[in-house]
Amino acid sequence: MKNAVLRDEVCLTIPMDHDMELVAAKTGSVLAELNHFNEEQIEEIQYAIIETCINAFEHSQSEDRKVYILYIRRVDELECKITDTGVGFTPEDQHNSISKRQGMHSDLRKRGWGLEITKTLMDEFDIQSSENGTTVSFIKRIVS
Amino acid sequence: MLNKFDIQIRAEQEYAVLETAGYLNDSLGEQLSKKAQELIEKGYTQLVINLDKTALINSIGISILIEIIEALEERNGTLNFCGLSATQERTFRMMAIAKYAGIFPDEKTAIANF
Repeated sequence: MKNAVLRDEVCLTIPMDHDMELVAAKTGSVLAELNHFNEEQIEEIQYAIIETCINAFEHSQSEDRKVYILYIRRVDELECKITDTGVGFTPEDQHNSISKRQGMHSDLRKRGWGLEITKTLMDEFDIQSSENGTTVSFIKRIVS
Repeated sequence: MLNKFDIQIRAEQEYAVLETAGYLNDSLGEQLSKKAQELIEKGYTQLVINLDKTALINSIGISILIEIIEALEERNGTLNFCGLSATQERTFRMMAIAKYAGIFPDEKTAIANF
């Protein structure tokens, strides 16, 4: 982060409607392509954006039903800050939500994976959540 | 096309292949589940899901794939996946899907490994 020089910021607001996460993912994909990320990394960025948006759609309970995405394109990385103005959540909320969603096998959990997938695919990951909303931030760095 | 989806079915005597095209979300997932259930009800217990033409999958789509795995397990059946991208395979392995379903590079290998 310290060596990165700010190049571009792109803001996008999407409604919490069906498949709108694809609009956010495609925007991220274009920015990543401009930064010469490789194909696999572009795919990882798209998955992270999709899962974070869907998480906001499903759980934020925001009144404005919108997700605000800030893409920060730097020389060697892409940062995404995905914000909703919903009710927020705590790690305990997340744990309880996951526990309720087990199927036939305890390790084959059907839901509650979104943010875990994002965290795994990205190089940096952070959640800031309060009763005024949630911002999930993540960074993907270019691997040369 | 942003999200034109389709499911092609190739049913043979011993197995059936379901090939998806498009974004595997709740909509495509539910269609896929319906077609898989129809095959299971016809007696098919060896299914291949070919994701070669599905560039993106979301976690809701994956949860529906898990339901298909469970439906097949109830009949002692097997589900093999093929055509996954590196990120899809990584996600499937993270979600323990690889423990209950096969993951193969192509359709021929997926069929050969029932």
